[in-house]
Amino acid sequence: MSENVLHIDHLTMRFGGVVAVNDLSMDINKGEIVALIGPNGAGKTTAFNMITGVYTPTEGKVMLNGQDVTGKRPDEITKLGVARTFQNIRLFSSMTVFDNVLTARHLRRTSNFLTATFRLNAVEERKMRADTEALLREVDLFDLKDEMAISLPYGKQRLLEIARALSTQPKLLLLDEPAAGMNPQETEELGAFIKQIKDKFNLTVFLIEHHMNLVMGISDRIYVIDFGKQIAQGTPAEVQNNPAVIAAYLGVDEEEGVQ
Amino acid sequence: MSNSLTKKKIDSATIISAVIVLCLYVAVFIAEQFIPATSMLFTVLKKGATYALVAVSMNLCNGFTGIFSLGQAGFMLIGAYVYGIFTIPLAARMDVYQYYNGGLVQFVLPWFIAMILGGLAAAFFAFLIGLPVLRLKSDYLAIATLGFAEIIRALFQWDKLGPVTNGSNMLRLFPTFNDFNVRGAEGQVTVYLSTLVPLLIAGVCIGVIILLINSTFGRALKAIRDDEIAAEAMGIRLASHKRLAFCISSFFAGVGGAMLAMYQTTVQAKSFTTAMTYEILLIVVIGGIGSVTGSCISSFLFVAASEWWLRFLDQKQMIGNFEVPLLRNGFRLVVFSIIIMIVVLFFRQGIMGTKELPDLIRNWQRKGKGKEATSK
Repeated sequence: MSENVLHIDHLTMRFGGVVAVNDLSMDINKGEIVALIGPNGAGKTTAFNMITGVYTPTEGKVMLNGQDVTGKRPDEITKLGVARTFQNIRLFSSMTVFDNVLTARHLRRTSNFLTATFRLNAVEERKMRADTEALLREVDLFDLKDEMAISLPYGKQRLLEIARALSTQPKLLLLDEPAAGMNPQETEELGAFIKQIKDKFNLTVFLIEHHMNLVMGISDRIYVIDFGKQIAQGTPAEVQNNPAVIAAYLGVDEEEGVQ
Repeated sequence: MSNSLTKKKIDSATIISAVIVLCLYVAVFIAEQFIPATSMLFTVLKKGATYALVAVSMNLCNGFTGIFSLGQAGFMLIGAYVYGIFTIPLAARMDVYQYYNGGLVQFVLPWFIAMILGGLAAAFFAFLIGLPVLRLKSDYLAIATLGFAEIIRALFQWDKLGPVTNGSNMLRLFPTFNDFNVRGAEGQVTVYLSTLVPLLIAGVCIGVIILLINSTFGRALKAIRDDEIAAEAMGIRLASHKRLAFCISSFFAGVGGAMLAMYQTTVQAKSFTTAMTYEILLIVVIGGIGSVTGSCISSFLFVAASEWWLRFLDQKQMIGNFEVPLLRNGFRLVVFSIIIMIVVLFFRQGIMGTKELPDLIRNWQRKGKGKEATSK
């Protein structure tokens, strides 16, 4: 068994009377691509938000490389090597492509505000810029480096968000619907891209996605949740043939015509 | 090519901007030697420099970090008082603190140390009030900081603090801008510096703020302004960065307050009203939220318009035998308000938007190149 990167243990998240995530447990191992799927409102993004510290789970624990990170702040968790993208793109809109990626390197600084203001961190700053440049070349955004982030086409914005997440030097990358709004060809390219960066940056990838072609094509394992509860898990082939999954996606009720 | 980005290049536009600023300083220095010191020009430049510093400090908070703070007058008050308290000459203390037996503080600090101390005191207060207040968002934060400024104003007039703050009486007789003039043996002024030095103080402080904004911390602050959730997800600790911006902004507001004390030659807590904060907010909005250049330009324009150019509206004016209607005491403020409304209605982005001087020069350079290309 390979090394465990993320272990979530009986997570429950309640918002008032609503149980968004109910007793969810999962394990993600180093080097895997794991997908989390489920119908709209199933609690997928809530699960992400608990892992990244946006929400503190009502019950349960989040373990990162064996360390309990439950209740830590998002920035602390990012420092421990978890980076994410957002379902609705959240770029730094007033900044250029270059500065977006460069800003994500801020957390690895050793300078304080005085040394940074008076340029005593020139060596570090130069390193940050060089790393950013290399990263932008890697993801093929270098030609657009001086464009404003929001002026990019949608697909490029998604790419930039991934690049920005990579800039924090993560071990675990969480992608929240990276293919949302993409056409089939872009989606296919994205799949190849995710595999490529996974190998290149030695990542473990955990993604939420609705495009089944993408999910089935790149995932090693899949977790399926519905109404906050896990209903299935396994390899893409296993999940595809799981009756509970089919029921959750296509629905079963008394009406006719529903298969 | 591969080296082009690794070091942030200092391009010609930045150098040209620096030269322009330098030329302005030289021009002020020369003008000061030849134009009578009583000219309104110098009043405007002195007050403009003070307001420019405070406006830029407010912009650091409101424009670059997205913390909508309205405590500026309170922090200026702290800076002004600390400056005044520690610089009044010992001989004059009996006079100033006449109701408090000469006051409690019986030593004098050099002006620049007192000025920095004023900034530090303001930053310290900002740290304390920031602990609860920076958890609030937008309007709530504005209201809380506004309230803080009012409390400070009342506190400094409290009779029990009289031995230090002189209660509701004014502080005076401390060194002012005029003391920067170099005097000869008979006390006559040989070199006029009373306008240049305040401009230099403001310039150095604004320079430091610009350096901060362009550092990795400045980028983090802008990230927080653009999207708090994304910034936090990128590992930027919101609380510490907001506190940093708030304290640094207040530090420079405190220094600005000390400058205002020097400009006014007296300090009285009751003059640091909410209206003062609004004036500065107005300057920031007119200049462009998120533009240091804009804040500087609009400070001087604002001060010049309110103190100088529109003064004639307050007096009767005769054109031949015809008395221009409406002109009377107070009419200036009406016109001034209308101008401000027009600016806010039709120049939503302010004078500069989020652009800075080097950006403008770069634009001109690009246009120039475009013309050359088409003419060929």
